[in-house]
Amino acid sequence: MTDKQLIVLTVNGEEHELLVEPRWTLLDVLRHNVGLTGTHVGCEHGVCGACTILVDGEPVRACLMYAVQAEGCAIRTVEDLGTPEEPNDLQQAFSEHHGLQCGFCTPGFLMLAEGFLAQEPSPTRDEIRETVSSNLCRCTGYQTIVDAIEATAAKRAAESARKEDAVR
Amino acid sequence: MAGKPGEPRFDGRGGKWIGASVRRREDPRLVTGRGRFVDDIHLHGMLHAGFVRATVAHGKITGLDLGAAREVDGVVAAYSAEDLQLGDMVALLDRPPEEFTPTTMPILARGKVRFVGEPVALVVAKDPYAVEDGIEAAQVSYEVLDAVVSEETALAEDAPLVHEDAPNNVLLDVTAFDTPGVDEAFADGCVIELVTRSGRQNALPLETRGAVASWDDRDEQLLVQTCSQVPHQVRTVLARSLRIPERSVRVVVPDMGGGFGQKCVVGREEIAVAAAAKLLRRPVKWIEDRSEALASGFLAREQRYRTRAAFTPEGELTALESDIVCDMGAYSCYPFTVGIEPLMAAAEMPSVYRVPAYRVRARAITSNKAPTAPYRGVSRPQYVMVMERIMDLAARKLGLDPVEIRRRNVITEFPYTGINKVTYDPGSYLESLELGEKILRDEGWYDLREKNPYIGIGYSCFSERTGYGSEAFAKRKMTVVPGFDVSEIRMDLTGSVVVTSGTINHGQSHETTFAQIVAERLGVDLAKVKLRQGDTERISYGWGTFASRSVTIGGSAVATAATRLGEQLCVIAAHLMDTRVENVGLDGDGGVIQLDDPSQRLSFEEIADVAYLRSHLLPKEAEPTLTATAAFDVPGDGTFSNATHAVVVEADPGTGQVKILRYACVEDCGVVINPKVVDGQARGGIAQGIAGALFEEVTYAENGEPSAASFIDYLVPTAAEIPDITVDHLETPCAFTESGAKGAGEGGTIGAPAAVLNAVNDLLWHTGVQLEQTPIHPESVLAALAAADREKAGTGA
Ligand code: FES
Ligand code: FES
Repeated sequence: MTDKQLIVLTVNGEEHELLVEPRWTLLDVLRHNVGLTGTHVGCEHGVCGACTILVDGEPVRACLMYAVQAEGCAIRTVEDLGTPEEPNDLQQAFSEHHGLQCGFCTPGFLMLAEGFLAQEPSPTRDEIRETVSSNLCRCTGYQTIVDAIEATAAKRAAESARKEDAVR
Repeated sequence: MAGKPGEPRFDGRGGKWIGASVRRREDPRLVTGRGRFVDDIHLHGMLHAGFVRATVAHGKITGLDLGAAREVDGVVAAYSAEDLQLGDMVALLDRPPEEFTPTTMPILARGKVRFVGEPVALVVAKDPYAVEDGIEAAQVSYEVLDAVVSEETALAEDAPLVHEDAPNNVLLDVTAFDTPGVDEAFADGCVIELVTRSGRQNALPLETRGAVASWDDRDEQLLVQTCSQVPHQVRTVLARSLRIPERSVRVVVPDMGGGFGQKCVVGREEIAVAAAAKLLRRPVKWIEDRSEALASGFLAREQRYRTRAAFTPEGELTALESDIVCDMGAYSCYPFTVGIEPLMAAAEMPSVYRVPAYRVRARAITSNKAPTAPYRGVSRPQYVMVMERIMDLAARKLGLDPVEIRRRNVITEFPYTGINKVTYDPGSYLESLELGEKILRDEGWYDLREKNPYIGIGYSCFSERTGYGSEAFAKRKMTVVPGFDVSEIRMDLTGSVVVTSGTINHGQSHETTFAQIVAERLGVDLAKVKLRQGDTERISYGWGTFASRSVTIGGSAVATAATRLGEQLCVIAAHLMDTRVENVGLDGDGGVIQLDDPSQRLSFEEIADVAYLRSHLLPKEAEPTLTATAAFDVPGDGTFSNATHAVVVEADPGTGQVKILRYACVEDCGVVINPKVVDGQARGGIAQGIAGALFEEVTYAENGEPSAASFIDYLVPTAAEIPDITVDHLETPCAFTESGAKGAGEGGTIGAPAAVLNAVNDLLWHTGVQLEQTPIHPESVLAALAAADREKAGTGA
């Protein structure tokens, strides 16, 4: 039962050698073995999305993946987005729009949005709402989360337009 | 702006910090994953715990063998009730035996189990996976007894008894306010009769419950880090249950991922885990998993009202009578007891309306279901639903507009003492109603409704008693009476301030709003103020956060402490500037000035320098250091926030699914300290109210098996179901809280079920069917629409 395996996980650009049981989820290993507790546990059955992280750029439920499956992948967690002193634009937008209350769901929504915006840089509000509907928040009623993502998308679009202008 | 110490420099509004949507102080850590929730705590040598839970709803424990569990690889210990010998949890009401039957809640089940999921034994192991292995190896056998799962089975002649000493399974039975005139009014009035029901719900904080307990030999103290809304009450129960002095228990609350009432009662698990940590002399962590939280966490809201109301032909309400049954599940929660729901409903049912005659009977029944805790709104979503249904039904019967009938009955003169002997402080009941209606009319929803038979409009108009003080709680006759709050404030040498409160932030933004209150009172920058909460060692006693009490009571204690600190600063400054204390004031910018010569100023840092480092220069009347404390309690019946919710829904004729097209909330919580925060409370509350109106319910099979064991069975609404919501503010300041604020935590949840149900019934009116139950099932809507269609087809043929 407790046969352990040595694996190497690449988390936020850093390599970690870890001795894990095959049944340990990626979520548990990130939290308890790597020590990154920003990714939260809300249900452990793939519905709430509190555990959402990016695996090779894709939003993934860390509770539905075993740590051993994540070898060789690029894993990104909320700790990689920004710091309290220098939050990234998405994190700032969540704060500006009051997109969080207790903040327990927030890392999951941030990673979901980060992955989504990378794939779909100029989504409509309805598309954002649909994406947001894959995670649960019990505090906010979602509206301000949608607002924050919408504002970030607009800001990023304006910035890239400005950059393109500068190139021309 | 100069001001006298002790006098607020503002009437609550128009200050520098009060009323500003400042950015939240808690956000930087929470958006970067640097918060510290209970499951993020890791201590050296820490073990993990989990519970062997009852698999039957009602049964005698005929065998409990933990031997195999103890043999499992990684398991360190396993305990039964007998092993731990803990004192039971007892929550009492000071009421006569014909009204109240006391019961106790053991920490681990003894002899008998009363609901599926009840903790029977505790397994402690080296990691959470081994805990699960150990739980699986534990052997428990039961002699299954018939389960009590409904009002009918509970009150039946030969019903099985959940508690042997509670005949008829009734734990509370109170008849109140049997005022004269009830029968007369029914004899000659227009009478509305209805039976309403609401489903059993889970408050469902996204962070499940959990605790990390450790014993410290140096402090001779148990440290219990737990996500609780009531740390001092956890301390009290822990000390009693473990039979140790209260000084030997320290309860610390880290960041908390929501609570909504579910965490404002003491959990058996936090006590058991603490006992294990003390026995093992090693830290022990317990984190509830989601299926445990759904099936065996504290639930709420399963109520049935049989109500009659009488009206004059002009639509004036003349009498109200209701029989209320609340299914409180297997145990009485600490400290609120099984009275929490029925007593709230009985006392406040008349709501925002003038009710000249009133009679109510309210019962708490016990059943083989998970026990009940207060959940955001506590009974108010239910009785508001009844009152608002009554208004709509009476309007239909009397040919009045639903808004008009409310206009004719709503309380407009304040203070108003109701038939229920509750005094309502000023609010904007009528104004909120009229604004709500105006919003829908101006936006053309009434016109749309004319054209589309699947569109309905509904309102709810209600108030919410917030900030219950000890006087208001004492009326409930709990033997443990919550109410006051205390605060201590300290200024350091750098002029920075640390303020403590007995309240606990778990999403409500106290770190921000309390800092705004202090910054305003003291005239310092917001960044200079740090709030500390959730540590029983930092404050003598507190009642935590529930019942929308934090800003009203906790905020007032904090404001008063800040005022006292301001007075001290002035006394010292006057002495140092060689002038009378009457001639100095806070300058609103971190200093004290002379009123007759504002150029004479001492900064807080300069004053602190004397208070700490050169105390020989202090005046006789000042003590060294800069600290102040204050206690605050809300007098009388408390303060009432109010709101109107105006809702437009559309039913899908193909599926019966109800979609919310427009949701407008007009709310009045007195002085708004931070508009963004209040909007957030309103929207989040409404989302939970919509959840109760349309989606969430835990049902039980006949054998007491709960339906909800995962998010697959328990339908929590997502962004696809919750609409955008507008929030308009009216401001009727509270006369007796320090900031003029009233509570804002629960209103959203209270008003939503009634408004949504009324809107659905509005569109169903032509079908002849009215629904009086939440959640509203699409099948019921579809059935009503289909029957009407059939009838139409039949008539047409
Ligand atoms: S914890 Fe992974 S989806 Fe809920
Ligand atoms: S902010 Fe609390 S769950 Fe989303």
